[in-house]
Amino acid sequence: MSWDQLLFMRHEIILIILMLVMIIANLLTKDENKEKLIHLASILFFANLIAGFLPARYGSAFGSMFVANQSGIMMKNILNIATFIVILQSGEWLKKEIENKPRIADFFILILASLIGMFFMISSGHFLMLFIGLELATIPVAALAAFEQGKRKSAEAGVKLILLSTFSAAIMLFGLGMIYGSTGSMYFNEVLTNFNGSALGMLGFVFFFSGLAFKISIVPFHLWTADVYEGAPVNVTSYLSVVSKAAALYILMVVFYTVFINISASWTEILYIVSILTMTLGNLFAIRQKNIKRFMAFSSIAQAGFILLGIIGGAGMGMTVVMYFILIYVFSNLAVFGIATSVYRHSGKEKIRDLDGFYQTNPRLSLIMMLALFSLAGIPPVAGFFGKFFLFTAAASKGYFWLVLIAVLNATIYLYYYLMVVKAMFINQSDEAIDTIQSDFPMRLSLALCAIALIAIGFIGPLYEWINNVATAF
Amino acid sequence: MISNIPALHFLIVGSLMFFIGVYGFLTRKNIIAMLLSAELMINAVAFNFAILNRYVFPVHLEGYFFSLFIIAVAAADAAVAIAIIINIYRNFDTIEVEEVDDMKY
Repeated sequence: MSWDQLLFMRHEIILIILMLVMIIANLLTKDENKEKLIHLASILFFANLIAGFLPARYGSAFGSMFVANQSGIMMKNILNIATFIVILQSGEWLKKEIENKPRIADFFILILASLIGMFFMISSGHFLMLFIGLELATIPVAALAAFEQGKRKSAEAGVKLILLSTFSAAIMLFGLGMIYGSTGSMYFNEVLTNFNGSALGMLGFVFFFSGLAFKISIVPFHLWTADVYEGAPVNVTSYLSVVSKAAALYILMVVFYTVFINISASWTEILYIVSILTMTLGNLFAIRQKNIKRFMAFSSIAQAGFILLGIIGGAGMGMTVVMYFILIYVFSNLAVFGIATSVYRHSGKEKIRDLDGFYQTNPRLSLIMMLALFSLAGIPPVAGFFGKFFLFTAAASKGYFWLVLIAVLNATIYLYYYLMVVKAMFINQSDEAIDTIQSDFPMRLSLALCAIALIAIGFIGPLYEWINNVATAF
Repeated sequence: MISNIPALHFLIVGSLMFFIGVYGFLTRKNIIAMLLSAELMINAVAFNFAILNRYVFPVHLEGYFFSLFIIAVAAADAAVAIAIIINIYRNFDTIEVEEVDDMKY
């Protein structure tokens, strides 16, 4: 163990330092100056984001408990970008609500803590590390969901999240216990060599998958999603739906491709059924939602179903398309949530119907919203189309034509409900349209970032090739 | 002596504890009782790990360490959960799950 090995954990160490700086800064600022912490956090996190892209070193530390590889570091950078956008979007909310003011630093500390958990989870080479990372990623998010102390819905969202995450962690651990019983080790590479598909091991695998599926909210483990997403503050919802989900999906993929590759025939079957269920049920429930946060909850369940389709594509191709899709999904979802945030901050409205006539009063915001929804729906010039296209290609290249057919049929369903929102904004007339919204600078910056990324990502060919190189080197 | 008891008996106890926890989690109406049931499940798992390590793979200490970390994480979980439950009590004046239903469907 030397200093060199410690540098493999650069991303995590920077975040830990950042978190400590926030704690000390919180102690040193008076209550009336707490707003300045928002700027401090944004600037420090931006520095962290840039530092993340500096050339990294790859290798394993702590007896290969911690593994830093190229794809993991790329995923960390994607999560950094997403968290940066969430932090930019949350400033307005933290400033406006009086009761949040003394606790502004808490918000950033909790977000950073859960991000550290995700980073450790992404780099884990041992199931213990995975478990600790997963819990460190979940517990602060539950506290964040209950952040608005005086609001009943927020408290309810928090308790639902923490109870179900404890329950799902227990299920996952029960499965890990069985895997330990059948292989005698919890290191990824030793489980890989010793796992022989015995009945005990397979049962353990199913429990493990169910526990992780709770975090990604795959049908039939999705019931908490809509309630938590609706009750939590909008910015926390966007963090939950983008960053938490992306990290859990990545680690699911890594575990499937590295540890359980010997039983890939079995997990392909599981994923086949589960992804069809997830897409279809997510879509069908999204149609009847009136609240935009619940709507996005079900739409994100459906999107997770599509990502599972990419995982079926197998290592290499599958990994590339999943990471590419996650990158696009981050920007599309965050753009929608950013606009939902500003609408809610300025008018207190969060129904889809309230968006009627939005284009008349806020043309630019509605155009960005349209771009993001088109990207989620996969309409050609926008980035989302390429993501979906590659996902379908990955599944089709393995010969799962029926699955792709069902996915395409689902695509028509969600085209309908995404376009309902676009119709409400552009075609429906309303006398009570939301007034023109004056966003602050960070919010505009975040929305501009999302809009540029949504247009550009699809057309930058080298980006896909770069992700492909990273994923095939995995 | 304890070494005369086969591993299977311990494992049965562990599994029973786990599923009693599942049953409690699904049927209890009080949030604290639900939390207790979830903790029972987690402790059953820690127990399982320790038993597997002691009887099946006595060479390494991996199972014991897993148990230790599970206990620590469960404590953190319980602390945050109880804080949130107090918040629930302040807002709803009750900790019965059926009363905490502002959001449905």
